[in-house]
Amino acid sequence: MSDIAFWVIVGITVGSAFMVVQSKSLLYSAYALLFTFIGVTGLYIFLWADFLAVVQVVVYVGGILVLIIFGIMLTNKITSVNISHTSMQKSMGAIVVIAFIGLLGFMILSTPWLVLPNAEPSDTTSAIGRLLLIDYLLPFEAVSLLLLGALIGATTLSRKDS
Amino acid sequence: MDSLVNYLLVSSILFSLGLYGVVTRRNGVAVLMSIELILNAANINFLAFARFGGMNMTGHIYALFVIVLAAAEAAVALAIIINIFNNFNTINIDDVSELKQ
Repeated sequence: MSDIAFWVIVGITVGSAFMVVQSKSLLYSAYALLFTFIGVTGLYIFLWADFLAVVQVVVYVGGILVLIIFGIMLTNKITSVNISHTSMQKSMGAIVVIAFIGLLGFMILSTPWLVLPNAEPSDTTSAIGRLLLIDYLLPFEAVSLLLLGALIGATTLSRKDS
Repeated sequence: MDSLVNYLLVSSILFSLGLYGVVTRRNGVAVLMSIELILNAANINFLAFARFGGMNMTGHIYALFVIVLAAAEAAVALAIIINIFNNFNTINIDDVSELKQ
């Protein structure tokens, strides 16, 4: 049962990611990106990362995707009904990327991965909180400063000159 | 389903699709969406190695940092794209090759 669910989630993720890079309409790309994010969330749950799955939904679906759709709406004229975009050098890109997939797949399948016996799945939130505030306190503070700087910078950049 | 290789293959396919988008798309917002795909692929790798490396929590911390950086990057990139649209009236990144109008 969970086998079937896993492959369905993989299909949703990869199929909608293909739609993101292939669709003619920019808005359809954005909607396909929604399904990709949800599929990746499902993969996180299969990997026992419950906290990261919730963060993925809140930040990506609730934040970044809304930002991207706002960006699409703000950079197209309201009169241009067809929000389309073109791709170029598709065949060259496809050849390079297929070769790249082949290389990565060969590398993944031919490497003898060391897999440790894993513990029982437990909740990850308390462990993440402990690590963030003890072992990774400095990177945590640096990242929060970076986020503050990025938000102030984005506001300043997108403001109309007075 | 319960093997490391499956997750690595899925994440390499996602990464390659994102790479294809970055290479072929000429619209700034579409390139940004492809970069989000690449970041998600990297996150799947982090979490897969954490899960199959004996539930090592460090991978989760790094995945969290990647998500934060993706949020900051999306905000700044969209501000830049909107500025480009206001100045050049296009967001085709091939047309934006001048430093000064």
